[in-house]
Amino acid sequence: MNIVVCMKQVPDTELERKLVPGSNTVDRASADGVINYIDEFAIEEGLKIAEAHGGEVTILSMGPARAAESIRKALSMGADKAVHVLDDGLAGSDALATSAVLAAALGQVGFDLVIFGSESTDARTGLVPAMVAERLGVPQLTLASKVDIAGSSVTVRRVSDDGYAVVTGSLPAVVSVVEKINEPRYPTFKGIMAAKKKPVRVLALTDLGVDAGSVGLAGAASWVEEFAARPPRQAGVIVTDEGDGGAKAAGFLAGRKFI
Amino acid sequence: MAEVLVLAERTAGGEVKKVTLELLTAARRLGSPSVVWTGPGAEAAAGRLGEYGAEKVYAADSADFGDYPVAPAAELLAQLVGQVSPAAVLVAGTTEGKEIAGRLAVKTGSGVLTDAVDVTAGPDGKPVAEQPNFGGSVTVRSTVRAGTPVIAVRPNAITAEPSPATAAVEAVAFTASDAAKAAKVTDRVVAEKGARPELTEAQVVVSGGRGTGSADGFKVIEELADCLGAAVGASRAVTDAGWYPHQFQVGQTGKTVSPQLYVAVGISGAIQHRAGMQTSKTIMAINKDPEAPIFEIADYGVVGDLFTVVPQLIDEITKHKG
Ligand SMILES: Cc1cc2nc3c(=O)[nH]c(=O)nc-3n(C[C@H](O)[C@H](O)[C@H](O)COP(=O)(O)OP(=O)(O)OC[C@H]3O[C@@H](n4cnc5c(N)ncnc54)[C@H](O)[C@@H]3O)c2cc1C
Ligand SMILES: Nc1ncnc2c1ncn2[C@@H]1O[C@H](COP(=O)(O)O)[C@@H](O)[C@H]1O
Repeated sequence: MNIVVCMKQVPDTELERKLVPGSNTVDRASADGVINYIDEFAIEEGLKIAEAHGGEVTILSMGPARAAESIRKALSMGADKAVHVLDDGLAGSDALATSAVLAAALGQVGFDLVIFGSESTDARTGLVPAMVAERLGVPQLTLASKVDIAGSSVTVRRVSDDGYAVVTGSLPAVVSVVEKINEPRYPTFKGIMAAKKKPVRVLALTDLGVDAGSVGLAGAASWVEEFAARPPRQAGVIVTDEGDGGAKAAGFLAGRKFI
Repeated sequence: MAEVLVLAERTAGGEVKKVTLELLTAARRLGSPSVVWTGPGAEAAAGRLGEYGAEKVYAADSADFGDYPVAPAAELLAQLVGQVSPAAVLVAGTTEGKEIAGRLAVKTGSGVLTDAVDVTAGPDGKPVAEQPNFGGSVTVRSTVRAGTPVIAVRPNAITAEPSPATAAVEAVAFTASDAAKAAKVTDRVVAEKGARPELTEAQVVVSGGRGTGSADGFKVIEELADCLGAAVGASRAVTDAGWYPHQFQVGQTGKTVSPQLYVAVGISGAIQHRAGMQTSKTIMAINKDPEAPIFEIADYGVVGDLFTVVPQLIDEITKHKG
């Protein structure tokens, strides 16, 4: 089975993130890049499926040159090869453009199963997997907390606010996974050494036949007009419990008409 | 005035969800609100929808919406966008709502804005969405430059205000394409949630963290929640430890909530937790460590042991209710 895992490099969330004045895009240069946290679960799921059913795992990532570090890390976890979509024209792409680029790359690379994370920690839109499924015209089996493959059929547990639905479709398909679906493995020393020799194919927009005017800041369909630091919350009242902490808290709630 | 399409959501019992009324309130600022109703029950809901300003209800009574997730709803919306050229399409910013928004945006070549906490008409009448970014530390105002703006609005962020209108129900002929039926629902399992309100829609949320010490210790959070009529939330430390189910996790990789009141108990207030609750109107924190970062964003904080403070708080609330 030809499994492609879509991985995004994001700024490390331990650090406060900033926007770049002028373009109002995420300042990706000032923070360390890491694999989008949920994408580690996507990679692990891809590796597990390949181990159980045979096949190869390809990492697909669209991002700047430094995304190469995260791609290498994904390879050291055990993926076989990678495709890095790298083009200056891509900076500032929104979800609509990102999904178009990923769909074009998937068309070129070929796939039986595409696995996404459910959401990226920087964009947090959760849009890309559904958009890619729409573009590719294949079953959308997203928000999975469990993935089962039997022959050419894929069944997932799709989590919802009030439980889950069991959803089935046939390969080729798009899956997105949620946090905690599995336990992502750590790269081993052997894995890290092996990753150095694994092939990473770099594709530019022209290789994909995607029009540069339709992506990046130039093609943005959604636009940040302005941004401002959220006004800091007014300093609150902090009391120390001296046997009356619960009563004081109740007094606060009563004062605000919550009780 | 151009129409504004609002995709309705309903509860398992068939009632209009609160978020739909919030969307109608926002839609009125942009044009004439038309609800898009998927499945049965439009006639029964029309009264309630009209109270909040719906002028029209497009009723597509098809079983496809229940049998196949996301794709049929996106197809119906795209069909209506083609027919009525609305000023915008508003959907609830739930995971499913966002996926519908994404597919619709691709179909119509439109820009999509997610996680809006407010929507207003800009100087040119086009929608402007306010979005918290980076866990709420930055607020951005965004617009759409291509196609029909598709906006996913965070539940509980906009206050629903009534504005009576007469909602005319119009039946829409709809059959999902084969492509939209590629992923089929074969079963649904509804988790036991008892009488508590839904986390993302609740007016009050009480969340517990590692400070509760164990699944047993966490029960005091449920007790406090129940006496406040609140939903229960948890930090990741708690869901990781298995003291409470993952679906109640609040934060960057959990649910985002904006209740009127958020009570954080035994939660340190890590940046990833704050990302999910920072836009709450009022925040109260109970923590034994005076240096805990949660106090930086709390309107009211009690430094103390939760196992003495919370039971006393419960007693006082019960007394107050008299
Ligand atoms: C990529 C990523 C995503 C993440 N996503 C999330 C997320 O979605 N949600 C989330 O919550 N976290 C998330 N985290 C984890 C986050 O960084 C914190 O580790 C987590 O929020 C800590 O949970 P906590 O506050 O319950 O535990 P701790 O940080 O251990 O805090 C426990 C607090 O309880 C207090 N305490 C202990 N005993 C008592 C007592 N008897 N009485 C009163 N107070 C007491 C302590 O003083 C302490 O402040 C994420 C982390 C990463 C890296
Ligand atoms: N630039 C990208 N390159 C590869 N995959 C991506 C990219 N952006 C988003 N994704 C994938 O889409 C998922 C959802 O991201 P988002 O829609 O941005 O919240 C992520 O978890 C990734 O799997």
